Amino acid sequence: MAEPVLEVSGLRKTFGTHPAVDDVSFTVPAGGSLGIVGESGSGKTTTARIIVGLENPDAGHVRVDGHDRINAGRGRAERLRRAQQVQMVFQDPYLSLDPRITVGAALTETLRLHHPGTDQAARVTDLLSQVGLGAREAQALPRQLSGGQRQRVAIARALAVSPRVLVLDEAVAALDVSVQAQILNLLADLRAELGIAYVFITHDLGVVRCVTDEVAVMRRGAIVERGLTASVLAEPEHPYTRLLLESVPGPGWDPKAIVTARKALAAVEQSADAQS
Amino acid sequence: MNTLQIADLRVVLPGTERPVLDGVDLTVASGETVALVGESGCGKTLTSRAALGMVPPRAEATGTVLVDGRDMLTLGARSLRRVRATTTAMIFQDPRAAINPVRRIGDFLTEGLRLTGAWDKTRARERALTLLDAVGLKSTVLRQYPHELSGGMLQRVMIAAALMADPVLLLADEPTTALDVTTQAEIIALLGELQQRFGTAMLFVTHDLDLAAVIADRVAVMYAGRIVETGPAEEVFAAPKHPYTAALLAASPRLDAPEPRLTVIPGRVPGLHTAISGCPFATRCGHADERCATERPQSTAVPGRAEAEVACWNSESLIPQGGAAHG
Repeated sequence: MAEPVLEVSGLRKTFGTHPAVDDVSFTVPAGGSLGIVGESGSGKTTTARIIVGLENPDAGHVRVDGHDRINAGRGRAERLRRAQQVQMVFQDPYLSLDPRITVGAALTETLRLHHPGTDQAARVTDLLSQVGLGAREAQALPRQLSGGQRQRVAIARALAVSPRVLVLDEAVAALDVSVQAQILNLLADLRAELGIAYVFITHDLGVVRCVTDEVAVMRRGAIVERGLTASVLAEPEHPYTRLLLESVPGPGWDPKAIVTARKALAAVEQSADAQS
Repeated sequence: MNTLQIADLRVVLPGTERPVLDGVDLTVASGETVALVGESGCGKTLTSRAALGMVPPRAEATGTVLVDGRDMLTLGARSLRRVRATTTAMIFQDPRAAINPVRRIGDFLTEGLRLTGAWDKTRARERALTLLDAVGLKSTVLRQYPHELSGGMLQRVMIAAALMADPVLLLADEPTTALDVTTQAEIIALLGELQQRFGTAMLFVTHDLDLAAVIADRVAVMYAGRIVETGPAEEVFAAPKHPYTAALLAASPRLDAPEPRLTVIPGRVPGLHTAISGCPFATRCGHADERCATERPQSTAVPGRAEAEVACWNSESLIPQGGAAHG
């Protein structure tokens, strides 16, 4: 396996008395793609936010190419360097783009900040064509674009920084299946082309199967199962992973059995909590 | 008699080139679940809202929308209000946006029935307690505020609120889209159970085809304001007769698909400012010929399939899953 580009070790974060992230460790090889799945409240988004630097962990390390991101300096150069390591794409492109500036201007601003002294106009055209957009979209304001186009812009803006790692938090969850398919294929192409690594936060196992090599299943703040995506989906070992897979609508789907299995799992966890 | 019977519903918005709903025919029988599927902007939500007589302001609506025998498009404001409060109910995608955040759950559950004067306070409260129990919530929830509950619990409150007046028709607009898969299963199990108990007809709007396949008796696929294919859910998804249905299926990321790369539908849903002559899907369809571009295909019965119709000139030559180009 290739050298890890992202190393997360012993991550902990507590909100009040609630442990949101509880001893989470994993690595992502250069150009690799890791899916993090779990239900809401499992800690997957908090983990993503710590990797990007939007939250500070109580303990643990996040390293990109061996450089620590948690205890690094707060100066301008340090912050720019950290931004060039990791970028993030959010679920809702309506909220992550400035409604008042055009797509071209938004990309130019990012380039001016991170890559001053380069030919920015040419790079904007490159970036837009990489995500399947043209000059017409460069002139447009976010509200003049469709949801799928806006998510493409959000991806182009993240790529403008030339990050080593892209964290995608439910980045295709709000899109229609037809548009979602286009974005998932685009992400697969970009990874092959640029060798950028992905951390893909999602609750959709079908999406995980499409875009990740490895998957980590989170439950109550901890990783309960981790492995190659194909083998975890084919032969899940942890009861929670099995429950997740059974919950995906398909032939033989039995909602009542899922409800029963879910209660049984919660009961087992509660008695384990009581013993510890 | 069908609980919901929509016939030739056309809705035209001012200043647009094509009707936003263009001759929709749809029925839901008592105790039946019909799934309405399609991309955003196809008219799914508008159709389910029309079932409550809610058409956008200044829109022109023609056709009939019968709920329990009454035409929602011609009913007066007072009777309409009563029908909305007592015989129909709607469940939305985001319960947090549909519940008043500064009022207690108890008030939310009872106010609809109390404001129309249908029920008094004591009776409404008793009913609320019965339903909270039915959806698996404790009676203490009545005194709680929405922010104290999780999304899954709030969606159960929404379901309880929807069932307060024993509606004959339940309109569920993406009710589980915002929920985790395990919670989704729980909500669906609950809806199915309540539907069996109360014999409610349900129109289930979703963009999740796999979910539609497992919960619906019948499915209706919408595209650009028209219903392009209907039929028994299992058969429609196993062997789609319309290229659009086939293309949607091929674009869905699934656990059992043959290869990770998804088949993309080129182009996008035609906007309201484009007039459509012929089939609305023609410009994105791999099977389209000259006739598709000029002549509108009418819904015709699918041979050998009960209660199934398709609006496509070439559906007989369609090979399942072959509807779209690789992209």
